[in-house]
Amino acid sequence: MLAYLIRRLFNAVITLLVVTAVTFGIFFLVPKATGSDPALLYIGKTSDAASVEGIRIKMGLNDPIVVQYGKFLKGLVAGRDYANGPDVQHCPAPCLGYSFKTDQEVTPLLMGDLPVTLSLALGAAVLWLIIGISTGVISALRRGTILDRSVMGAALAGVSLPIYFTGLLTSAIFVYWLGWLPQGNYVPFTENPGEWFVQLLLPWITLAFLFAATYARLTRANMLETLGEDYVRTARAKGLRERTVIGKHALRSGLTPIVTIFGLDLGALLGGAVLTETVFNLRGLGYQALTAIRGNDLPIILGVTLIAATFIVLANLVVDLVYGFIDPRVRLA
Amino acid sequence: MAGAIVVIFLIIVAVLAPVLTKWFGHPIDEYHIDQIDPTFSTPIGKFGGISREFLFGVEPTSGRDVFSRILYGAQTSLSVAFLSALLSTFLGTIFGLAAGFLGGWVDAVISRVMDFLLAFPQLLFAIALVSVLPDSFLFFGDRWSRVFVLVGVIGFFGWPYIGRIVRGQTLSLREREFVEASRSMGARSGRILFKELLPNLAAPILVYATLIIPTNILTEAALSFLGVGIPPPNPSWGGMLSDAVTFYSIDPMYMIIPGGMIFITVLAFNLFGDGLRDALDPKAR
Repeated sequence: MLAYLIRRLFNAVITLLVVTAVTFGIFFLVPKATGSDPALLYIGKTSDAASVEGIRIKMGLNDPIVVQYGKFLKGLVAGRDYANGPDVQHCPAPCLGYSFKTDQEVTPLLMGDLPVTLSLALGAAVLWLIIGISTGVISALRRGTILDRSVMGAALAGVSLPIYFTGLLTSAIFVYWLGWLPQGNYVPFTENPGEWFVQLLLPWITLAFLFAATYARLTRANMLETLGEDYVRTARAKGLRERTVIGKHALRSGLTPIVTIFGLDLGALLGGAVLTETVFNLRGLGYQALTAIRGNDLPIILGVTLIAATFIVLANLVVDLVYGFIDPRVRLA
Repeated sequence: MAGAIVVIFLIIVAVLAPVLTKWFGHPIDEYHIDQIDPTFSTPIGKFGGISREFLFGVEPTSGRDVFSRILYGAQTSLSVAFLSALLSTFLGTIFGLAAGFLGGWVDAVISRVMDFLLAFPQLLFAIALVSVLPDSFLFFGDRWSRVFVLVGVIGFFGWPYIGRIVRGQTLSLREREFVEASRSMGARSGRILFKELLPNLAAPILVYATLIIPTNILTEAALSFLGVGIPPPNPSWGGMLSDAVTFYSIDPMYMIIPGGMIFITVLAFNLFGDGLRDALDPKAR
């Protein structure tokens, strides 16, 4: 088990290194190939030649790309200094870089956005797990009934709806038309938990609906498959109560694939729910990333990409470990 | 079945967009300021200015014909979705076959790359990539250049889904008796690959190629919604939704029409793909 864990951790670190290297490569090589000056991209187009030159020296843009990448990695673990003669900016570890365009360090900036994304993703995840799995199970148990058909019809519609449409639609209905919910302004949980809840309610429900649709479809399919297995028939034959048969025997193996998908979905969301955050005007990681991309602010883009990839890789790791607990067949492997 | 009919209808509409706009609509870039209320910049008529003259109403501020823009949007949306699905399928089939058939280090490398691509913040990356690539190249205008860029990016990130399935199927087919028989009769690898394995893989490949089309439509619309897809003034559904953000509280029709089109199209393709799967692979029903 320990050896497996170490190997997986090692793989995770390698994946993260490759992700940063590729991101780094794209943002440093593509401008070079298209003939634009990275230093200019860093500071914005209106600046004078002297300050552009200053940035070039501070960022070490004259170094070969491998050296630049090395410096970026060193900053992550040990912090780094951006120095141009006496003009020094220190960036403590873990240093994701320094945005010269907005004149601030990337790490604290992104840490400030993290709670928004975290609140959005976790709240929605709780909702969609409850709704998705329960409707999926009920649908499978009542297969072929009107209930099953209508739930699955709704789920198919849910899978085909994009958040940037449903988000606008629900805001139009619940905020402007009925006036039941406020017009989205994130309030930190520590400041006012009640307000935090009310403000996030609409994004949670809208986001959860789309995911719940996928989960309901998946749960139903898996449940139907396990309900046809021999061991479920055996469990019934030996006189177990239906509740035990479903809850302990069928559900357990029916849900294992859900764990995998859930890990991946949550990991992807934590790295920035770009669309949801844009639609509901939540200033989280995804919103920050989009702003940075529009403003060509490379250090922030690199930072968000690294954080997003870390979440995905971590989620994968956790999923694989949890898998061993719920499905004894894959233990050890 | 219903899905297939809608899909075919949408394809015909997209192909005939220039003709249909000539008959029932107005040129996509023609402004109709007379249809716009000067104080609120919203359409004068009810329901976003829907009338016999403007079947889907007019755009707020400019008064451009929404009907024509939806039709041309269908053109972009469907061509991006189809071409990128084609690219993903092509790459996925080649790499999946190679990994499953050759095994060994080739399989190890390809599987690793697929895992890596699937573990990638894809949307973020697509946004970043699209925004650093040039707006227009060669002799294509900015509309079709961007279509090709989108096809490249969406198609590239999509291939591991197909690749995984093809690899898995190839692994199990490789051990079957008919492949063994063919090999013992002295068939070369090339023959086994293309005459024995590929025909048996055609059904799952077709099903999954169909099922990634709706995903691609959603991704293209998402990128256009975020402002890194098809550049304005070229019409796109995602772009229209993004314009609608400013107006949806007073002119909801301008949001409902492109959103509804995306929904209907994606739903139709999903139904079509599900139906195809049930028909070609009765086990999965």
